[in-house]
Amino acid sequence: MTQTPLEPPRLERAEIGARTLRTDNWRRQPMINGAILLVFVVYATWAILVNENYFVEPYISPFYSPCLVTTCAEGAGWQFVPWVAWLTPSILIIGVPMGFRMTCYYYRKAYYRSIWQSPTACGVKEPHKKYTGETRFPLIIQNVHRYFFWVATLFNIILTWDAIIAFRDHEGNWGHMGLGTLVLLINAVLLWAYSLSCHACRHTFGGRLKHFSKAPVRYWMWTQITRLNAKHMEIAWVSLVWVGLTDLYIRLVASGTITDIRFF
Amino acid sequence: MSKAKFRVWRGDAGEGELVDYTVEVNEGEVVLDVLHRLQATQTPDLAVRWNCKAGKCGSCSMEINGRPRLACMTRMSTLDQSEPIAVTPLRTFPVIRDLVCDVSYNYVKARQIPSFTPDPSVKPGEFRMQQEDVQRSQEFRRCIECYLCQNVCHVIRDHEENKEAFSGPRFLMRVAELEMHPADTADRRLAAQEDYGLGYCNITKCCTEVCPEHIKITDNALIPMKERVATRKYDPLVWLGSKIGRRPADTPKVPNT
Repeated sequence: MTQTPLEPPRLERAEIGARTLRTDNWRRQPMINGAILLVFVVYATWAILVNENYFVEPYISPFYSPCLVTTCAEGAGWQFVPWVAWLTPSILIIGVPMGFRMTCYYYRKAYYRSIWQSPTACGVKEPHKKYTGETRFPLIIQNVHRYFFWVATLFNIILTWDAIIAFRDHEGNWGHMGLGTLVLLINAVLLWAYSLSCHACRHTFGGRLKHFSKAPVRYWMWTQITRLNAKHMEIAWVSLVWVGLTDLYIRLVASGTITDIRFF
Repeated sequence: MSKAKFRVWRGDAGEGELVDYTVEVNEGEVVLDVLHRLQATQTPDLAVRWNCKAGKCGSCSMEINGRPRLACMTRMSTLDQSEPIAVTPLRTFPVIRDLVCDVSYNYVKARQIPSFTPDPSVKPGEFRMQQEDVQRSQEFRRCIECYLCQNVCHVIRDHEENKEAFSGPRFLMRVAELEMHPADTADRRLAAQEDYGLGYCNITKCCTEVCPEHIKITDNALIPMKERVATRKYDPLVWLGSKIGRRPADTPKVPNT
Protein backbone atom coordinates (compact mmCIF):
# COMPACT_ATOMS: atom_id res chain seq x y z
CA MET A 1 0.00 0.00 0.00
CA THR A 2 1.41 3.39 -0.92
CA GLN A 3 1.42 6.05 1.70
CA THR A 4 1.09 9.72 1.00
CA PRO A 5 3.40 11.66 3.29
CA LEU A 6 1.50 14.07 5.50
CA GLU A 7 2.80 17.58 5.06
CA PRO A 8 1.82 20.31 7.48
CA PRO A 9 -0.23 23.04 5.83
CA ARG A 10 1.82 26.01 4.63
CA LEU A 11 0.93 28.82 6.95
CA GLU A 12 0.90 32.48 6.02
CA ARG A 13 0.38 35.68 7.91
CA ALA A 14 -3.11 37.15 8.03
CA GLU A 15 -3.65 39.22 4.89
CA ILE A 16 -4.68 42.60 6.20
CA GLY A 17 -4.23 45.32 3.62
CA ALA A 18 -4.48 48.34 5.90
CA ARG A 19 -1.22 49.92 7.06
CA THR A 20 -2.60 49.80 10.58
CA LEU A 21 -5.93 49.24 12.29
CA ARG A 22 -5.07 51.64 15.10
CA THR A 23 -7.90 54.04 15.80
CA ASP A 24 -6.02 56.43 18.10
CA ASN A 25 -4.16 59.49 16.86
CA TRP A 26 -0.82 57.70 16.31
CA ARG A 27 0.50 60.45 14.00
CA ARG A 28 0.37 63.09 16.74
CA GLN A 29 3.50 62.25 18.77
CA PRO A 30 5.89 61.75 15.83
CA MET A 31 4.59 64.96 14.27
CA ILE A 32 5.18 66.95 17.46
CA ASN A 33 8.67 65.47 17.88
CA GLY A 34 9.51 66.02 14.22
CA ALA A 35 8.30 69.62 14.34
CA ILE A 36 10.40 70.46 17.42
CA LEU A 37 13.48 68.83 15.89
CA LEU A 38 12.94 70.66 12.61
CA VAL A 39 12.49 74.07 14.28
CA PHE A 40 15.60 73.49 16.38
CA VAL A 41 17.73 72.37 13.43
CA VAL A 42 16.64 75.37 11.32
CA TYR A 43 17.25 77.84 14.15
CA ALA A 44 20.57 76.27 15.21
CA THR A 45 21.85 76.20 11.62
CA TRP A 46 21.05 79.87 11.21
CA ALA A 47 22.54 80.77 14.60
CA ILE A 48 25.74 78.86 13.86
CA LEU A 49 26.25 80.34 10.40
CA VAL A 50 25.28 83.94 11.13
CA ASN A 51 28.57 84.49 13.02
CA GLU A 52 27.53 87.61 14.94
CA ASN A 53 25.81 88.63 18.18
CA TYR A 54 26.94 85.48 19.98
CA PHE A 55 28.91 87.30 22.67
CA VAL A 56 28.17 90.20 24.93
CA GLU A 57 30.23 90.64 28.07
CA PRO A 58 29.90 88.50 30.23
CA TYR A 59 27.66 86.13 28.26
CA ILE A 60 28.54 83.75 25.43
CA SER A 61 26.14 81.63 23.41
CA PRO A 62 26.45 77.85 23.99
CA PHE A 63 26.58 77.39 20.20
CA TYR A 64 29.93 79.25 20.17
CA SER A 65 31.53 78.03 23.39
CA PRO A 66 34.34 77.10 23.73
CA CYS A 67 35.37 79.76 21.22
CA LEU A 68 38.82 78.56 20.18
CA VAL A 69 39.65 80.37 16.96
CA THR A 70 41.52 83.59 16.34
CA THR A 71 38.48 85.23 14.77
CA CYS A 72 36.30 84.92 17.91
CA ALA A 73 34.86 88.14 19.32
CA GLU A 74 37.20 89.99 21.70
CA GLY A 75 37.09 88.34 25.15
CA ALA A 76 34.89 85.46 23.99
CA GLY A 77 37.28 82.55 24.47
CA TRP A 78 40.82 81.22 24.16
CA GLN A 79 41.42 82.19 20.54
CA PHE A 80 44.45 80.09 19.58
CA VAL A 81 43.32 78.11 16.50
CA PRO A 82 44.15 79.95 13.24
CA TRP A 83 40.93 80.56 11.36
CA VAL A 84 39.47 82.44 8.43
CA ALA A 85 37.17 85.42 9.00
CA TRP A 86 34.35 84.25 6.72
CA LEU A 87 33.93 80.89 8.45
CA THR A 88 31.95 80.80 11.68
CA PRO A 89 33.99 79.67 14.73
CA SER A 90 31.11 77.45 15.78
CA ILE A 91 31.89 74.99 12.95
CA LEU A 92 34.95 73.83 14.86
CA ILE A 93 33.08 72.73 17.96
CA ILE A 94 29.41 72.19 17.11
CA GLY A 95 30.04 68.61 15.99
CA VAL A 96 30.49 67.53 19.61
CA PRO A 97 27.07 68.47 21.05
CA MET A 98 25.45 67.63 17.71
CA GLY A 99 27.10 64.20 17.58
CA PHE A 100 26.26 63.54 21.23
CA ARG A 101 22.58 64.23 20.60
CA MET A 102 22.41 62.49 17.24
CA THR A 103 23.85 59.25 18.63
CA CYS A 104 21.81 59.51 21.86
CA TYR A 105 19.63 56.46 22.46
CA TYR A 106 16.59 58.64 23.08
CA TYR A 107 16.98 60.95 20.08
CA ARG A 108 17.54 57.92 17.90
CA LYS A 109 14.09 56.72 18.86
CA ALA A 110 12.66 60.19 18.22
CA TYR A 111 14.10 60.69 14.76
CA TYR A 112 13.84 57.08 13.61
CA ARG A 113 10.15 57.39 14.31
CA SER A 114 9.32 60.95 13.31
CA ILE A 115 11.74 61.53 10.43
CA TRP A 116 12.85 58.17 9.09
CA GLN A 117 9.42 56.54 9.76
CA SER A 118 11.03 53.34 10.88
CA PRO A 119 8.43 52.82 12.27
CA THR A 120 6.25 55.93 12.55
CA ALA A 121 4.41 54.40 15.48
CA CYS A 122 4.09 50.97 17.05
CA GLY A 123 1.99 48.59 14.99
CA VAL A 124 2.06 50.90 11.96
CA LYS A 125 3.67 49.48 8.83
CA GLU A 126 6.84 51.30 7.88
CA PRO A 127 7.21 52.50 4.27
CA HIS A 128 10.67 50.99 3.65
CA LYS A 129 11.05 47.86 1.57
CA LYS A 130 14.33 46.85 3.20
CA TYR A 131 15.65 47.25 6.71
CA THR A 132 19.10 46.56 8.11
CA GLY A 133 18.93 48.73 11.23
CA GLU A 134 22.23 49.63 12.82
CA THR A 135 24.13 46.66 11.41
CA ARG A 136 26.04 48.52 8.70
CA PHE A 137 27.38 51.91 7.61
CA PRO A 138 26.33 54.62 8.24
CA LEU A 139 24.13 53.73 11.24
CA ILE A 140 26.75 51.44 12.75
CA ILE A 141 28.50 54.71 13.72
CA GLN A 142 25.87 55.10 16.45
CA ASN A 143 28.14 52.84 18.52
CA VAL A 144 30.53 55.75 19.14
CA HIS A 145 28.00 57.40 21.47
CA ARG A 146 30.23 56.76 24.50
CA TYR A 147 33.04 58.86 23.02
CA PHE A 148 30.69 61.76 22.38
CA PHE A 149 29.58 61.41 26.00
CA TRP A 150 33.12 61.95 27.28
CA VAL A 151 33.87 64.92 25.01
CA ALA A 152 30.46 66.44 25.77
CA THR A 153 31.33 66.16 29.48
CA LEU A 154 34.38 68.37 28.80
CA PHE A 155 32.07 70.85 27.08
CA ASN A 156 29.77 70.78 30.11
CA ILE A 157 32.70 71.84 32.28
CA ILE A 158 33.41 74.75 29.92
CA LEU A 159 29.75 75.81 29.75
CA THR A 160 29.58 75.64 33.55
CA TRP A 161 32.59 77.94 33.63
CA ASP A 162 30.73 80.26 31.23
CA ALA A 163 27.87 80.39 33.75
CA ILE A 164 30.27 81.10 36.63
CA ILE A 165 32.04 83.98 34.86
CA ALA A 166 28.61 85.41 34.09
CA PHE A 167 28.57 86.50 37.75
CA ARG A 168 30.54 89.53 36.62
CA ASP A 169 29.40 92.82 35.19
CA HIS A 170 30.27 94.27 31.78
CA GLU A 171 33.62 95.51 33.09
CA GLY A 172 34.65 92.16 34.57
CA ASN A 173 33.94 92.93 38.23
CA TRP A 174 32.74 89.89 40.24
CA GLY A 175 29.65 89.73 42.47
CA HIS A 176 27.01 90.68 39.94
CA MET A 177 24.15 88.77 38.39
CA GLY A 178 21.72 89.36 35.56
CA LEU A 179 18.94 87.41 33.89
CA GLY A 180 21.55 86.12 31.44
CA THR A 181 23.51 84.60 34.35
CA LEU A 182 20.39 82.70 35.41
CA VAL A 183 19.77 81.57 31.83
CA LEU A 184 23.34 80.25 31.52
CA LEU A 185 23.16 78.59 34.95
CA ILE A 186 19.96 76.73 34.06
CA ASN A 187 21.54 75.78 30.74
CA ALA A 188 24.57 74.28 32.49
CA VAL A 189 22.41 72.36 34.99
CA LEU A 190 20.23 70.94 32.21
CA LEU A 191 23.25 69.91 30.14
CA TRP A 192 24.76 68.11 33.14
CA ALA A 193 21.43 66.41 33.80
CA TYR A 194 21.25 65.34 30.16
CA SER A 195 24.79 63.94 30.17
CA LEU A 196 24.47 62.19 33.53
CA SER A 197 21.17 60.57 32.59
CA CYS A 198 22.71 59.21 29.38
CA HIS A 199 22.63 55.45 28.79
CA ALA A 200 26.36 55.37 27.98
CA CYS A 201 27.06 57.11 31.30
CA ARG A 202 24.87 54.55 33.09
CA HIS A 203 26.82 51.73 31.46
CA THR A 204 30.23 53.26 32.15
CA PHE A 205 29.67 53.97 35.83
CA GLY A 206 28.21 50.60 36.78
CA GLY A 207 25.99 49.00 34.17
CA ARG A 208 28.81 46.97 32.69
CA LEU A 209 29.45 45.17 36.00
CA LYS A 210 28.19 41.65 36.59
CA HIS A 211 28.65 41.62 40.34
CA PHE A 212 27.20 44.76 41.93
CA SER A 213 27.81 43.63 45.52
CA LYS A 214 31.56 43.58 44.87
CA ALA A 215 31.56 47.27 43.85
CA PRO A 216 29.21 49.11 46.26
CA VAL A 217 30.31 52.63 45.24
CA ARG A 218 29.76 51.98 41.56
CA TYR A 219 26.50 50.24 42.35
CA TRP A 220 25.39 53.37 44.22
CA MET A 221 26.41 55.55 41.27
CA TRP A 222 24.56 53.23 38.87
CA THR A 223 21.45 53.43 41.07
CA GLN A 224 21.49 57.24 41.05
CA ILE A 225 22.14 57.41 37.30
CA THR A 226 19.36 54.89 36.73
CA ARG A 227 16.91 57.19 38.54
CA LEU A 228 17.97 60.08 36.36
CA ASN A 229 17.99 57.87 33.27
CA ALA A 230 14.27 57.20 33.72
CA LYS A 231 13.75 60.91 32.91
CA HIS A 232 16.23 61.00 30.03
CA MET A 233 13.57 61.73 27.42
CA GLU A 234 12.14 64.71 29.30
CA ILE A 235 15.60 66.06 30.10
CA ALA A 236 16.65 65.62 26.45
CA TRP A 237 13.80 67.82 25.20
CA VAL A 238 14.01 70.48 27.91
CA SER A 239 17.78 70.84 27.58
CA LEU A 240 17.53 71.02 23.78
CA VAL A 241 14.93 73.79 23.87
CA TRP A 242 16.82 75.64 26.61
CA VAL A 243 20.06 75.67 24.62
CA GLY A 244 18.16 77.36 21.79
CA LEU A 245 16.53 79.84 24.15
CA THR A 246 19.89 80.64 25.77
CA ASP A 247 21.37 81.48 22.39
CA LEU A 248 18.31 83.55 21.52
CA TYR A 249 18.48 85.55 24.79
CA ILE A 250 22.19 86.33 24.38
CA ARG A 251 21.64 87.18 20.72
CA LEU A 252 18.86 89.63 21.60
CA VAL A 253 20.99 91.28 24.30
CA ALA A 254 24.09 91.40 22.06
CA SER A 255 22.18 92.96 19.19
CA GLY A 256 20.68 95.59 21.50
CA THR A 257 17.10 94.38 20.87
CA ILE A 258 16.57 93.93 24.62
CA THR A 259 18.48 95.01 27.71
CA ASP A 260 19.77 92.42 30.15
CA ILE A 261 17.94 92.64 33.48
CA ARG A 262 20.53 93.08 36.24
CA PHE A 263 19.55 91.63 39.64
CA PHE A 264 22.59 93.01 41.51
CA MET B 1 -25.64 45.61 29.46
CA SER B 2 -24.90 47.15 26.07
CA LYS B 3 -24.15 46.06 22.54
CA ALA B 4 -20.79 46.44 20.81
CA LYS B 5 -19.79 45.98 17.20
CA PHE B 6 -16.81 43.70 16.63
CA ARG B 7 -14.83 43.15 13.43
CA VAL B 8 -13.04 39.84 13.89
CA TRP B 9 -10.51 38.42 11.44
CA ARG B 10 -11.71 35.00 10.30
CA GLY B 11 -9.74 32.65 8.11
CA ASP B 12 -6.84 30.26 7.90
CA ALA B 13 -3.49 29.90 6.12
CA GLY B 14 -3.44 33.62 5.50
CA GLU B 15 -6.70 33.79 3.59
CA GLY B 16 -9.49 35.46 5.44
CA GLU B 17 -11.40 38.63 6.09
CA LEU B 18 -12.78 40.85 8.80
CA VAL B 19 -16.28 39.69 9.74
CA ASP B 20 -18.73 41.97 11.55
CA TYR B 21 -20.59 40.89 14.68
CA THR B 22 -22.82 42.69 17.15
CA VAL B 23 -22.46 41.26 20.60
CA GLU B 24 -23.64 41.89 24.15
CA VAL B 25 -21.21 43.51 26.58
CA ASN B 26 -21.62 43.62 30.36
CA GLU B 27 -19.99 45.92 32.86
CA GLY B 28 -16.48 44.93 33.89
CA GLU B 29 -15.87 42.59 30.97
CA VAL B 30 -12.68 42.24 28.97
CA VAL B 31 -12.30 41.55 25.25
CA LEU B 32 -11.73 37.83 25.87
CA ASP B 33 -15.10 37.62 27.67
CA VAL B 34 -16.79 39.08 24.62
CA LEU B 35 -14.97 36.70 22.27
CA HIS B 36 -16.15 33.80 24.44
CA ARG B 37 -19.72 35.14 24.21
CA LEU B 38 -19.32 35.26 20.43
CA GLN B 39 -18.25 31.61 20.49
CA ALA B 40 -21.17 30.68 22.74
CA THR B 41 -23.91 32.54 20.90
CA GLN B 42 -23.01 33.22 17.28
CA THR B 43 -19.94 31.49 15.93
CA PRO B 44 -18.91 28.35 17.81
CA ASP B 45 -16.06 27.66 15.39
CA LEU B 46 -14.17 30.90 16.23
CA ALA B 47 -10.62 29.89 17.17
CA VAL B 48 -9.10 31.76 20.13
CA ARG B 49 -6.10 30.66 22.16
CA TRP B 50 -6.46 31.38 25.87
CA ASN B 51 -5.74 29.85 29.22
CA CYS B 52 -5.41 31.72 32.52
CA LYS B 53 -7.63 34.79 31.97
CA ALA B 54 -5.37 36.59 34.42
CA GLY B 55 -2.61 38.07 32.25
CA LYS B 56 -0.06 35.51 33.37
CA CYS B 57 0.02 32.78 30.72
CA GLY B 58 0.55 34.96 27.64
CA SER B 59 -1.79 32.85 25.49
CA CYS B 60 -4.44 35.34 24.38
CA SER B 61 -2.11 37.74 22.53
CA MET B 62 -3.86 39.42 19.62
CA GLU B 63 -4.31 42.86 18.10
CA ILE B 64 -7.21 44.94 19.31
CA ASN B 65 -7.86 48.04 17.25
CA GLY B 66 -4.43 47.52 15.72
CA ARG B 67 -2.59 47.44 19.05
CA PRO B 68 -0.92 44.27 20.31
CA ARG B 69 -2.68 43.40 23.59
CA LEU B 70 -3.66 40.51 25.84
CA ALA B 71 -7.40 40.01 25.28
CA CYS B 72 -7.87 38.99 28.91
CA MET B 73 -6.37 42.26 30.17
CA THR B 74 -8.09 44.66 27.78
CA ARG B 75 -11.17 46.04 29.50
CA MET B 76 -14.09 46.87 27.23
CA SER B 77 -14.56 50.12 29.15
CA THR B 78 -11.18 51.37 27.82
CA LEU B 79 -12.29 50.99 24.18
CA ASP B 80 -14.44 53.38 22.17
CA GLN B 81 -17.57 51.30 21.65
CA SER B 82 -19.22 53.81 19.32
CA GLU B 83 -17.00 52.41 16.54
CA PRO B 84 -16.49 48.75 15.57
CA ILE B 85 -13.67 47.11 17.55
CA ALA B 86 -11.19 45.36 15.25
CA VAL B 87 -9.77 42.09 16.60
CA THR B 88 -7.06 40.49 14.47
CA PRO B 89 -4.36 37.85 14.94
CA LEU B 90 -0.73 38.81 15.59
CA ARG B 91 0.57 40.17 12.30
CA THR B 92 4.14 38.95 12.58
CA PHE B 93 3.34 35.24 12.79
CA PRO B 94 1.51 32.91 10.40
CA VAL B 95 -2.10 32.18 11.16
CA ILE B 96 -3.29 28.69 11.97
CA ARG B 97 -6.92 29.72 12.17
CA ASP B 98 -8.83 32.90 13.04
CA LEU B 99 -7.04 34.50 16.01
CA VAL B 100 -4.62 31.63 16.64
CA CYS B 101 -1.08 32.02 15.31
CA ASP B 102 1.83 29.66 14.90
CA VAL B 103 4.47 31.18 17.20
CA SER B 104 7.07 28.44 16.70
CA TYR B 105 9.55 31.05 15.37
CA ASN B 106 10.00 32.02 19.01
CA TYR B 107 10.79 28.49 20.14
CA VAL B 108 13.39 28.14 17.42
CA LYS B 109 15.03 31.38 18.54
CA ALA B 110 14.88 30.36 22.20
CA ARG B 111 16.76 27.14 21.48
CA GLN B 112 19.60 29.00 19.78
CA ILE B 113 20.67 30.78 22.96
CA PRO B 114 23.25 28.88 25.02
CA SER B 115 21.81 28.23 28.45
CA PHE B 116 23.04 29.40 31.86
CA THR B 117 26.74 28.56 32.11
CA PRO B 118 28.03 28.53 35.69
CA ASP B 119 31.67 28.04 36.54
CA PRO B 120 32.15 24.23 36.54
CA SER B 121 34.67 24.47 39.37
CA VAL B 122 32.05 25.95 41.72
CA LYS B 123 29.91 23.23 43.25
CA PRO B 124 26.14 23.62 43.67
CA GLY B 125 25.39 25.70 46.76
CA GLU B 126 28.84 27.26 46.92
CA PHE B 127 28.17 30.39 44.91
CA ARG B 128 27.14 33.38 47.02
CA MET B 129 25.45 36.49 45.73
CA GLN B 130 23.40 39.39 47.05
CA GLN B 131 19.99 40.65 46.00
CA GLU B 132 21.50 43.58 44.09
CA ASP B 133 23.46 41.10 41.96
CA VAL B 134 20.36 39.48 40.52
CA GLN B 135 17.70 42.16 40.64
CA ARG B 136 18.37 43.28 37.06
CA SER B 137 17.90 39.73 35.80
CA GLN B 138 14.81 39.28 37.94
CA GLU B 139 13.01 42.03 36.07
CA PHE B 140 13.44 40.05 32.87
CA ARG B 141 12.20 36.86 34.58
CA ARG B 142 8.77 38.48 34.82
CA CYS B 143 8.34 37.80 31.10
CA ILE B 144 5.24 35.67 30.43
CA GLU B 145 6.25 34.95 26.83
CA CYS B 146 3.15 36.43 25.28
CA TYR B 147 5.36 37.49 22.32
CA LEU B 148 3.65 40.85 21.99
CA CYS B 149 7.11 42.43 21.88
CA GLN B 150 8.18 40.03 19.14
CA ASN B 151 4.98 40.81 17.25
CA VAL B 152 5.24 44.59 17.44
CA CYS B 153 8.94 44.80 16.58
CA HIS B 154 9.05 46.32 13.10
CA VAL B 155 12.33 44.53 12.30
CA ILE B 156 10.40 41.31 11.70
CA ARG B 157 6.82 42.60 11.60
CA ASP B 158 7.48 44.60 8.44
CA HIS B 159 10.39 42.52 7.11
CA GLU B 160 9.82 38.77 7.07
CA GLU B 161 13.30 38.33 5.58
CA ASN B 162 14.91 39.49 8.85
CA LYS B 163 13.51 36.57 10.85
CA GLU B 164 16.55 34.47 10.02
CA ALA B 165 19.03 36.97 11.44
CA PHE B 166 17.04 38.62 14.23
CA SER B 167 15.93 36.91 17.43
CA GLY B 168 13.65 39.71 18.59
CA PRO B 169 13.44 41.68 21.84
CA ARG B 170 12.27 38.77 23.98
CA PHE B 171 15.35 36.67 23.24
CA LEU B 172 17.81 39.54 23.20
CA MET B 173 16.45 40.24 26.68
CA ARG B 174 17.23 36.60 27.55
CA VAL B 175 20.79 37.15 26.34
CA ALA B 176 21.00 40.30 28.48
CA GLU B 177 19.62 38.41 31.48
CA LEU B 178 22.37 35.80 31.25
CA GLU B 179 25.04 38.38 30.43
CA MET B 180 24.17 40.32 33.59
CA HIS B 181 23.93 37.23 35.82
CA PRO B 182 26.86 37.17 38.27
CA ALA B 183 27.18 33.37 38.22
CA ASP B 184 27.15 33.05 34.45
CA THR B 185 30.62 32.76 32.96
CA ALA B 186 29.87 32.85 29.24
CA ASP B 187 30.56 35.90 27.11
CA ARG B 188 27.55 36.43 24.88
CA ARG B 189 28.36 39.90 23.56
CA LEU B 190 29.67 38.92 20.17
CA ALA B 191 26.94 36.32 19.73
CA ALA B 192 24.31 38.96 20.59
CA GLN B 193 25.43 41.04 17.64
CA GLU B 194 26.37 38.40 15.10
CA ASP B 195 24.04 35.49 15.87
CA TYR B 196 20.97 37.13 17.40
CA GLY B 197 20.91 40.36 15.41
CA LEU B 198 21.09 43.02 18.13
CA GLY B 199 22.32 45.50 15.51
CA TYR B 200 18.92 45.36 13.80
CA CYS B 201 17.29 46.91 16.84
CA ASN B 202 16.92 50.67 16.40
CA ILE B 203 15.59 51.13 19.94
CA THR B 204 12.25 52.64 18.98
CA LYS B 205 10.83 51.12 22.17
CA CYS B 206 7.68 49.50 20.80
CA CYS B 207 8.58 46.32 22.69
CA THR B 208 8.58 48.27 25.95
CA GLU B 209 5.29 50.00 25.05
CA VAL B 210 3.37 46.75 24.58
CA CYS B 211 4.86 44.66 27.39
CA PRO B 212 1.97 43.64 29.69
CA GLU B 213 4.46 43.02 32.51
CA HIS B 214 5.86 46.56 32.13
CA ILE B 215 9.40 45.29 31.70
CA LYS B 216 11.69 48.09 30.53
CA ILE B 217 13.00 45.92 27.71
CA THR B 218 14.73 48.69 25.78
CA ASP B 219 16.26 50.69 28.62
CA ASN B 220 17.24 47.81 30.87
CA ALA B 221 18.06 45.00 28.45
CA LEU B 222 18.60 46.09 24.85
CA ILE B 223 20.50 49.34 25.38
CA PRO B 224 22.77 47.84 28.09
CA MET B 225 23.46 44.96 25.67
CA LYS B 226 24.21 47.44 22.87
CA GLU B 227 26.70 49.15 25.17
CA ARG B 228 28.31 45.82 26.05
CA VAL B 229 28.52 44.93 22.36
CA ALA B 230 30.05 48.34 21.63
CA THR B 231 32.73 47.53 24.21
CA ARG B 232 33.42 44.11 22.72
CA LYS B 233 33.22 44.96 19.04
CA TYR B 234 33.36 48.68 18.28
CA ASP B 235 35.46 50.40 20.94
CA PRO B 236 39.00 51.03 19.61
CA LEU B 237 40.44 51.69 23.08
CA VAL B 238 39.07 48.41 24.42
CA TRP B 239 40.40 46.66 21.32
CA LEU B 240 43.84 48.12 22.02
CA GLY B 241 43.57 47.00 25.64
CA SER B 242 42.60 43.50 24.56
CA LYS B 243 45.77 43.27 22.50
CA ILE B 244 47.81 43.97 25.62
CA GLY B 245 45.76 42.17 28.25
CA ARG B 246 43.55 39.09 28.37
CA ARG B 247 39.97 38.80 27.24
CA PRO B 248 37.51 36.07 28.20
CA ALA B 249 36.45 33.76 25.38
CA ASP B 250 33.13 34.24 23.67
CA THR B 251 30.37 31.70 24.05
CA PRO B 252 30.77 28.77 21.65
CA LYS B 253 28.06 28.91 19.01
CA VAL B 254 26.18 25.76 20.03
CA PRO B 255 22.41 25.36 20.02
CA ASN B 256 20.86 25.03 23.44
CA THR B 257 19.24 21.64 22.93
